[in-house]
Amino acid sequence: MRAGVKLLLVALAVAAAGVLIGFYVSNLTTLQGSASYTVPVQSVGGKPVVNLKIETVAAVGPKLSPNPDWVSYLVQNTQGTWMRRTVWKLPANATVHVTIYNFDGASGLRNPYLARPEGVDGNRITIDGKPYRGIDPNNASHTFAVPAYHLIVAVPGVADDAKNQCGYAPCSLKLAHRTIRFTFHTGAPGHYRWQCFVPCAAGWIDGFGGPMQTIGYMDGFLDVA
Amino acid sequence: MSAIAVDARPPVWRRLVGFNLLTGIVLGIGGWYVGWFGAHAVVGPSLDYFGDIDFNELSLVLAYFGGVVGFLVGLGFLNYPLARLRGYPSSLREKETEGIGRYFTLCTDHKVVGIQYLWGIGLFFFIGGLNAMLIRTELLRPDHQVFPAGTYLTLVGVHGSMMMGMMTSGILGPFANYLVPIMIGARRMAFPRIEALTFWILMAAGVILQTTIFWGGFPTGWTGYGPLNIEAYQGMDCYLIFFALVGISMTLLGINMIVTIVTMRAPGLTWTRLPIFVWGVLSTALLMALAAPVLICTLSMALFDRIAQTTFFIPAGGGSSYLYENLFWVFGHPEVYILALPGFAIVLEILPVFARKPLWGYRLAVAGLLGVSLLSWFVWQHHIFVSGINGDLRPFYMLSTELISIPTGFTFICGMMTLWRGNIRYTTPLLFCLAWFFNFLLGGLSGVFLSDVPSDVTTHGSFFSMAHFHYTIMGGLVFTFFAAIYYWVPKMTGVQLSERLGKIHFWWMFLAFNSTFAPLFAIGFLGQPRRAVTYAKSLQFLNDWVSVSAYLLGLSLLFFLVTFVYQLAFARKPAGENPWASRSIEFQLPSPVPVHNFDRIPVFSGDPYGYGEGPEPSWVPAGAPAGRD
Amino acid sequence: MASNPTAPTPAGASPTNHGLRVIVAWIVLSLVATPLVAIFVGPILPPGNDSVQASGQVLDNTVLTATITPVLCLLLVFFVYSLTTFHAPAATALEDGPPLRNHNGIQVTWIVITSAVVLALAGFGTFELLQTGSGGGQGPSPVANPSGINHMMQVQVIGQQWNWTYRYPGYGGVETQQLFLPEHTYVQLNVTSLDVIHSFWAYKLGVKADANPGVNNVAYVKTKGPLSFEIRCAELCGLWHGYMYQTGHIVPQTAFASWIKQQRKLGSSVSFYLPKYSHFYYPDPQRRGG
Repeated sequence: MRAGVKLLLVALAVAAAGVLIGFYVSNLTTLQGSASYTVPVQSVGGKPVVNLKIETVAAVGPKLSPNPDWVSYLVQNTQGTWMRRTVWKLPANATVHVTIYNFDGASGLRNPYLARPEGVDGNRITIDGKPYRGIDPNNASHTFAVPAYHLIVAVPGVADDAKNQCGYAPCSLKLAHRTIRFTFHTGAPGHYRWQCFVPCAAGWIDGFGGPMQTIGYMDGFLDVA
Repeated sequence: MSAIAVDARPPVWRRLVGFNLLTGIVLGIGGWYVGWFGAHAVVGPSLDYFGDIDFNELSLVLAYFGGVVGFLVGLGFLNYPLARLRGYPSSLREKETEGIGRYFTLCTDHKVVGIQYLWGIGLFFFIGGLNAMLIRTELLRPDHQVFPAGTYLTLVGVHGSMMMGMMTSGILGPFANYLVPIMIGARRMAFPRIEALTFWILMAAGVILQTTIFWGGFPTGWTGYGPLNIEAYQGMDCYLIFFALVGISMTLLGINMIVTIVTMRAPGLTWTRLPIFVWGVLSTALLMALAAPVLICTLSMALFDRIAQTTFFIPAGGGSSYLYENLFWVFGHPEVYILALPGFAIVLEILPVFARKPLWGYRLAVAGLLGVSLLSWFVWQHHIFVSGINGDLRPFYMLSTELISIPTGFTFICGMMTLWRGNIRYTTPLLFCLAWFFNFLLGGLSGVFLSDVPSDVTTHGSFFSMAHFHYTIMGGLVFTFFAAIYYWVPKMTGVQLSERLGKIHFWWMFLAFNSTFAPLFAIGFLGQPRRAVTYAKSLQFLNDWVSVSAYLLGLSLLFFLVTFVYQLAFARKPAGENPWASRSIEFQLPSPVPVHNFDRIPVFSGDPYGYGEGPEPSWVPAGAPAGRD
Repeated sequence: MASNPTAPTPAGASPTNHGLRVIVAWIVLSLVATPLVAIFVGPILPPGNDSVQASGQVLDNTVLTATITPVLCLLLVFFVYSLTTFHAPAATALEDGPPLRNHNGIQVTWIVITSAVVLALAGFGTFELLQTGSGGGQGPSPVANPSGINHMMQVQVIGQQWNWTYRYPGYGGVETQQLFLPEHTYVQLNVTSLDVIHSFWAYKLGVKADANPGVNNVAYVKTKGPLSFEIRCAELCGLWHGYMYQTGHIVPQTAFASWIKQQRKLGSSVSFYLPKYSHFYYPDPQRRGG
């Protein structure tokens, strides 16, 4: 083989390797939901206050995900659109008022202890307007938990026999749901992971596969800056 | 490749049609879809496991199964069995031709398979290395940064599996396949078609592992512990199929080597005249043939847990997570010696040539290799000292683990006494062998901390154990792999490699390697757990140091690749018959070795280490010409 | 033992006694280096002196480090000496060295010494281990039990994907998110898991015990003075393995008493639902979302 041909082959191989490596690395960095949502900040008395509106759905639907049957958290932006993003940018040392609309049924906690709200103002949440210091663990549908803040809130499920059950996300507030409100405070800047502790990933043993181990569904970060 | 042959051959497009790699890939992809849609046709869009689920696990497993079968059929592995069924006589002459095409197809020439292995293993070694670079990039900062947490675990798992799976054949694949038949005076391996099969199965396995990123990756690392491996998403199947295929390849390779070495030695080649490299291959092959089947069974059980509702590893269904740990490490500890033993053998094989002295303590060295091989079956529970299983057996496993340093010490004393009062030439292969002493000493001594239960409580599962096995495997296997490349590639290709470039590569790699892995001992001692994407802020300086060193280590390997390809493809400085003045038989043959190795089968009268004992060769060609096979 | 002064010297060998030089240099270097390593390196070895078990591990690590020092010295002396002395000039590079093939004395000496070192280390490790288990997980029926302890505090460590919680059976089985331990107390940690394998690692306490589903894994630790310590998971357990860390606390007895009292009060809203205290739990694996 002539030197020119060999040189061409080597150049082609290097180019192909470069393209493959570039494709591989860029694919990896975006493999799991790394898209973030910056939650708008208000200032009350000079201190940052954030209203975070999220909803939990039993099936995320074909519009929002390649895995339509997966359970997921969604976040609402200021235009009122529900987005499947679970990395939320929050200001440091802020007060965060959280509203969770839950459209999913109950599946119960593996560890009943986590049914007690902790790490939120007054160790208390409101469910459909009424204050609670704990729920029946068997009635838990999901939790919102930030272990670094010792924050755990168990979210009760919609009754199995309720009418107007939501099929696929995004779910309208006209459909059967529970509304949970609580307040917590972000601390120093950092990445804090949040997750769900209810075994809600249908089809996996212990209910902890698939959406429960994929950022963008039942796991995410509080990106506090 | 010669200019005369070109005219006689059919045009290029005609040569691409037939049983070769291209057909293998096409049929492999076809087989994949046959399996995929076949399973969907049988069980519908999803499998009902513990509930409804939106994917069909079985279809992915069957797809990869169909893909592997199609790939092997396309390469021509069914041709011979079918021909025999149709009554054709037996033959061993498949593709034993000249030309570059034989490297891309089923070839029964053991030398071609050796070179196929060299490039194939090299390719996956570099992919595994690339993953290591990405891991170190993520660890530049103590918190999450570049890769999402799940992707980081996938990277760790792919890097570990790639290195522990593909590199098991890192020395036996290229060098034992090429050299063992020559060293024992044979013309081929005992089972040449199985020899080719081990290579192509391994290549299919490597590709399957890397495709895990299209199926969500897998979270378990290279050990694949249950029940996490049952819970994990579809990418887990890629790991399970990959490692099972590697296990099949290892088993076949091991059996092939054992049968070849036991039955095909030339006249006069008694057990005490065997080159020590062949002994190393034999002791490794014994482990491969016996340990890998355990792995295949273990992974099949995990696969059944995932697709067929069995509960081998699910405690609530009557299974046990300990079962997986035990089965895995029954394979897993022999596995790490499968990686280490060929390195011992290469060091002992190369030292006499460059010290110009006989191998000191031949029988002791053989006892060391076989002793390690035997003892490695009795130590596996040191991987699960703090797991809570058999707490009362820990003193036994502590003792058996520490006993392994005795036969390992045999290799050290034999190597050291071979150098003693020698006439040492500092060539590149020897430098890599000397580095083995340094690396394996640190790796072995750090192993003492892991074998001792009280200190293992701190070091277990930390970066300390990670540094330990990188010192023994990268420092032991990969350094001797390069020693073997610099020593034998001139013989295998007929191209002399530059000593100057080789020495630059050696010092660069040696310093970068130690700068990368020595600080990891400290990091582990300071409490950083393995496979965790976060670490304490106080450890950031050390981690950054390691990451930068790791990049330099990666660059040193890139430097090797560039110089290696340049010298083989462009410079092509011809190597003499015996560039190292070795007494070993392969260096008395032309470079590269002709297709049928020997015109006359050699008759041996001694071992190849008679330096300083007179000029008589240790073998002579037999009186009559050797028949074909 | 690198060489033997009485080794047979073939004709033409150098009259210099290389073996003696190496052995003397090795002995001198080892005699200097080993005490220095024991005195200066020993105290900085992990995991520190924050619990009785941790101190035991430091002693163990010191003994191991001091033992391997002469081995390192031997190899160092041997290679520095050999590689500088037996280096062939380019002109004579292809001259063969003396054909030394074996020496029984050296082989026997080497085997005896390595075996003695290995057996001594295994014996010492076993002795250390059998005191109290050195903080490692020993399974459901431990063999290395601390002797002469009348009252041992029980704490259950529950691993789940992906957090640790704790139960105190001596205090009504109350469950907490954080680990608090009283100072100067012998604690029996019962480690278990609700799903996959985790590993409870309290580095400063010198404790590491795998949390296995459906199994109890016991580790003992005796606390010293007040302390905050990092708890990490040391076995890959899925997505948030790298984030499965917490800070534990050792506090004075009175502070512990008031903390546990407060936890019992807070926990009363769900304590009714907690399962009866047990060495392990089998939550329903088929429980699924709707």
